[in-house]
Amino acid sequence: MISEAALDRILPKVTKPARYTGQEWNRVRKDWSKAKLKIALAYPDVYEIGMSNLGLAILYELLNQQDDILAERVYAPWPDMENALRKAGLPLFTLESRRPLGAFDWIGFSLQYELNYSNVLNMLDLAEVPLLVSERVDMPTAPLVIGGGSCTYNAEPLTDFFDLFVIGEGEEVVLELAQLYLAVKASAAPEENWKEGFLLRAAYIEGVYVASLYTVHYQSDGTVSAIEPMKAGVPARIRKRILRKLPPAPIRPVVPFVQAVHDRAMVEIMRGCKRGCRFCQAGMIYRPVRERPMDEVLEAVDQLLANTGYKEIALVSLSSTDHACIEPLVRELSERYAAERISISLPSLRTDAFSVELAQIIQRTRRTGLTFAPEAGSERLRRVINKGVTAEDLLRTAKAAYANGWLRIKLYFMLGLPTETMEDVLAIANLVKAVRDVGRRERGRRIQVNVSANTFVPKPHTPFQWLPLQDAASIRERQMALRKELRDRAIKLNWSDADETWLEAALSRGDRRLGRVIQRAWQQGARFDAWSEWLQPELWRQAFAEVGLHPEFYTSRQRSLDEVLPWSHIDTGVSDSFLWDEYQRALHGEPSVDCAEGCMDCGVRAAFGLVNCPPAGSGRGTVN
Amino acid sequence: MTTGNAQLVTPQITQRLRIVFRKGAEIKYISHLDLMRAWERALRRADMPLAHSRGFNPHPKLTFASALPVGFTGRAEMLDVILEQRLGLRDFAARLKAQLPRGLELGSVTEVPAALPPLPSRVAAAEYEVAVQSQDTPDQIEARLRGLLAAESIPRRRERPDKVRIYDLRPLVQELHVVERLGDMTVIGVRLQSNAQGTGRPDEVMAALGMADAVRVIERVRLILLPD
Repeated sequence: MISEAALDRILPKVTKPARYTGQEWNRVRKDWSKAKLKIALAYPDVYEIGMSNLGLAILYELLNQQDDILAERVYAPWPDMENALRKAGLPLFTLESRRPLGAFDWIGFSLQYELNYSNVLNMLDLAEVPLLVSERVDMPTAPLVIGGGSCTYNAEPLTDFFDLFVIGEGEEVVLELAQLYLAVKASAAPEENWKEGFLLRAAYIEGVYVASLYTVHYQSDGTVSAIEPMKAGVPARIRKRILRKLPPAPIRPVVPFVQAVHDRAMVEIMRGCKRGCRFCQAGMIYRPVRERPMDEVLEAVDQLLANTGYKEIALVSLSSTDHACIEPLVRELSERYAAERISISLPSLRTDAFSVELAQIIQRTRRTGLTFAPEAGSERLRRVINKGVTAEDLLRTAKAAYANGWLRIKLYFMLGLPTETMEDVLAIANLVKAVRDVGRRERGRRIQVNVSANTFVPKPHTPFQWLPLQDAASIRERQMALRKELRDRAIKLNWSDADETWLEAALSRGDRRLGRVIQRAWQQGARFDAWSEWLQPELWRQAFAEVGLHPEFYTSRQRSLDEVLPWSHIDTGVSDSFLWDEYQRALHGEPSVDCAEGCMDCGVRAAFGLVNCPPAGSGRGTVN
Repeated sequence: MTTGNAQLVTPQITQRLRIVFRKGAEIKYISHLDLMRAWERALRRADMPLAHSRGFNPHPKLTFASALPVGFTGRAEMLDVILEQRLGLRDFAARLKAQLPRGLELGSVTEVPAALPPLPSRVAAAEYEVAVQSQDTPDQIEARLRGLLAAESIPRRRERPDKVRIYDLRPLVQELHVVERLGDMTVIGVRLQSNAQGTGRPDEVMAALGMADAVRVIERVRLILLPD
């Protein structure tokens, strides 16, 4: 355990020292000596970001409810704290008991963004845990390093460092794994290295990916030729786990002292999204749609507010306005909590008048900004990505928003979508100008349109997974064209950093060989790559070169249907043939219906043996 | 904007309560803003009928006597809170206690007249105790203190992001003495002016004494208010 005195010597000199001192309301402090399985839940970014992650909050509450299990939290120390720890010779420790990560049985990382990977290595190193699975194999006391979260749908670049990954929804798997772990440990002989046996048996649990049990074969051109299990009986493909019914919402989340990025209570009202936008990885990997029934949401909100004291409640999901009961739900909440000045937020609004109506109910007083995501500028390109929003929809919605008191509208677009031409880019500019003009007519000169034009990264398990990242030069050209068209005081334009995009593309689409690149980059000082002030792209390029790999191989290459993709052994339930058909329909500008309108037979229904998918009507949150 | 129930509670009877609390070592690194949020949330969890400011972004009327620098503990910090319904003091204290995070402890709750001027404007001075660990003998420490008190002026630099200001620390030091000695630890008591005209910092005093590196704990033990 790290002593208070030791911390007192370093904390006064670091920024926001309360990131490292815990003691927050609702944090769980369990008896170390009584817990049979001790888990450090780790988020590889700074405290304020990690504390906003709902997935870890779910696991923290769930695991600490188990008698035998203790779960504590740890976040990536900011570089000043890292230096202080290293200088003082102190290992990275958890917030609850201030114990070094190495003292835990498991370290579970939430992997949500590829640009956090260098922080994963840094945290392991700071904890004095050997980085490589191969180094830990003969160390019976080394913790198991486990990964979960959206990045595990292509975990290949991380396979050198992780003993196992949980693919899909973790609530059940993690308890099954715990049970197995304790059983194998208890029955092991004193000198036996039982971990290998545990991993072999864990590989049979649906949703568990033990990467060391698979070999990857490569062709001479560097593409993958096959991915094979090395032991008989280990499943050739790893199917993600889903829960048929949404698990209870966490109602006692830790309330941070230091202001988190999302400093509010959260209730997950829906999992999955029925829309089928072809660029969207979340929309593909989190299928099927499951809604939390309204009465359950109301009950959870009530308890959350009472247990946290938050002033704001967010109804989160990929597309909250699509919840069958969203309107009565929002009405009920806003009436119930008006006296207490609780505000309600919907993080994702659809582009239609209904959404403006909902926003009106929610934001009675302060109408600051509304955000919509047309994603592409032209009708044609929106058909390509299957985003069924028309310019008319957007202008009508914008008119309603401005007319009802909002002065600022934020619009999300992407640059570099498949088949995009300069014409489509100019269509973005025209659409933005049309929104501005609507605003001017309604409210005069005070209105504002904020435009975010981020570069599209084709992601694994989507219909666009075979496509290259648009080259940086033509993206630059498109950004410049937008800038030229949108020079106006009322319009603010921003776009994503090209280096960040490039690295995200390389890491998200990579294979196992990237492990060495990540390790090399980390050794050379890569940290907090998701933070533009810390990202050093040159260092990453150099790491690629030293390892003898070309980043363009991963970012800029069109892949063919018969190429074995590095993530092809991960089975989301969505079939490859569906993804390919969607890709072809995209190229022909053919729309696909959403799950509520009809079934496109994506494969999820068959893979999980679902009868009513998606669940029809209100309050039927269970698929079966 | 209110539900039926709340409308029945008119006219609003307000009650101004003064809370004295301890900010313990457990949470000494949280900032003043963090502390304000923590209090607001504890009061909400305790379901207190907080009076709110008017306007687009209503916030509860909490007024702290004085911000405590990050890293210091506070033995008797103060905050005024305004309620829109009257509550018994005991009921208030009991409900609140159950909702306070570790490191925040309730000292006392008293009702004060609603018309009193704002709490921060009443603060005149603050007393601190600073635990130092040093090789100095008691006499050497005493000599350092006497030296500081005997000085006519003590120019110190205050570095702000935008500029550096030189100010005189001496007139801000009202008292300075050794409180007790425990082994190699010495507790030094210092009373410093703390108002709009100037606020002395105990860590500055320790630096002026040449003992900055010996400081282990700084606690604000008391806020001295002007008589009402």
